[in-house]
Amino acid sequence: MFQPAKSIDDVIGQIADGCMLVVPREVSGVPMAATRALIRRGVKRLHLVALPTSSLQADLLIGAGCVETLETSAVSLGEFGPAPRFSAAATAAAIKIKDATCPALHAALQASEKGVPFMPLRGLIGSDILKYRDDWKIIDSPFGSDDPIVLLPAIKPDVALLHAPMADRLGNVWIGRQRELATMAHAAVKTVVTVEKIYDGNLLDDPTLAAGTLPGFYVESIVVAERGAWPLGLPDFYAADAEHLALYARMAATEAGFAEYLDKYVYEKRAA
Amino acid sequence: MMKTSFRDEELLADVIARLIGDVRHVAVGNASPIPATAALLARERGKGRPYVSLLQSRKHNFFTDGGRELFDCAGQGRIDVFFLSGGQIDGQGNVNLVSIGEYERPKVRFPGSFGSAYLYYVVPKVILFRTEHSRRTLVPKVDFVSAPGTNDKNVFRTGGPIGLVTNRCAFTFADGRFKLASVHPGHTLEEVVENTGFEFDRPRSVSETPAPTPETLKLMREVVAPQLAEVYPQFAAQVFSVGQPAFSR
Repeated sequence: MFQPAKSIDDVIGQIADGCMLVVPREVSGVPMAATRALIRRGVKRLHLVALPTSSLQADLLIGAGCVETLETSAVSLGEFGPAPRFSAAATAAAIKIKDATCPALHAALQASEKGVPFMPLRGLIGSDILKYRDDWKIIDSPFGSDDPIVLLPAIKPDVALLHAPMADRLGNVWIGRQRELATMAHAAVKTVVTVEKIYDGNLLDDPTLAAGTLPGFYVESIVVAERGAWPLGLPDFYAADAEHLALYARMAATEAGFAEYLDKYVYEKRAA
Repeated sequence: MMKTSFRDEELLADVIARLIGDVRHVAVGNASPIPATAALLARERGKGRPYVSLLQSRKHNFFTDGGRELFDCAGQGRIDVFFLSGGQIDGQGNVNLVSIGEYERPKVRFPGSFGSAYLYYVVPKVILFRTEHSRRTLVPKVDFVSAPGTNDKNVFRTGGPIGLVTNRCAFTFADGRFKLASVHPGHTLEEVVENTGFEFDRPRSVSETPAPTPETLKLMREVVAPQLAEVYPQFAAQVFSVGQPAFSR
């Protein structure tokens, strides 16, 4: 029987310094409680892969000094403006940024999912994104005639870190329509999931629930974290906390403000 | 006829809705509230056609295969219209969503290219939009090409830009070049020339962009605006006074 872990700190032990960590996009259910725990633990030198974009999660990890390499197609706070710590790190060349475009990241994860070394993708030729990716190749399609096409090498993360509405005691995780979370779990060596609650039963028994379920076979560990995506939203369950995101955008605009944000909301220090 | 006053955003949405035309499927990506308004407006007018997929919406999004489905759908040739903007856009239709200055240590860093380096190639009608029309944004040559306006003939490409709409005017795009189509009410040709950093063609006589009709404005404000609030709550609040903004600008 799969036992949910007792605390977030137990499960984030799977995420070692310097590992390649793949995380979901900002609207798919982002494991923010786990992210704050990682920052408190002082995780370092992450190769963070966002599938395919990120907002607060990447900005927080970058600002807190946890990221060495960022691989993504974009980081932004959406309607709350640019991601300030990401922008600052980029202009200071403080982190290595591997710029991509969304479907290239999906394709690279899908290559790992299929156990193949690469996946082709249309587009990209003539873009400076391709120019700066010496790990991406162009070949002449063997099935065409003078038909150049780009190949994305497989991305095989060490860990996939997810947040989902529920899991059962067999480790099955209900992900609903967020199908890229399954791809992340199939591609990564290990998958760690925080969930809102434990489902009392077997998610694979009910055909309606099973259709949206990631089998426990792919999951390393699970822990309950209520409101675990806060202040981002969890699709179909709760909306993002707009007031808090606006507050973050204001505070994180400066290094001093960001440090204050970390103290208050990540380290949860009490005012003297 | 009584003239109703309108905001820049409403004019742009109206122009873009016209450019959408009679198609089957319009998709709208991140950070695109004005195109989202236009797409939803086109659907209201078309009484349910076209299909509209707003990337981060749950209500206006029929995808069940996760974040990759929009791109797969486009690759199948099933997205007819998409929209792109950029920190910079140049006269060859290249868009820059990454940076100004040296790439490895830029002066300015934008969010990133999103899906542009793929969708620009496979969506037949990509409509460019830029609310700020200035020599800072419409440049002779972009610092970084997120997605090129055109490609050599041997590169597989079934799509690309068909036009650019700004707060001053509308351009069409063909054969690797922009051509001025119309100047918006309250703006002049001289102003367009002065504020555009790239060369473009112009017709012998330049027409004025038609203003949105009262019927269109009513539809936008009463029916479309509440639909927008799900994905663009700040925009819906600030432009159409729908809902409560979390903060004021």
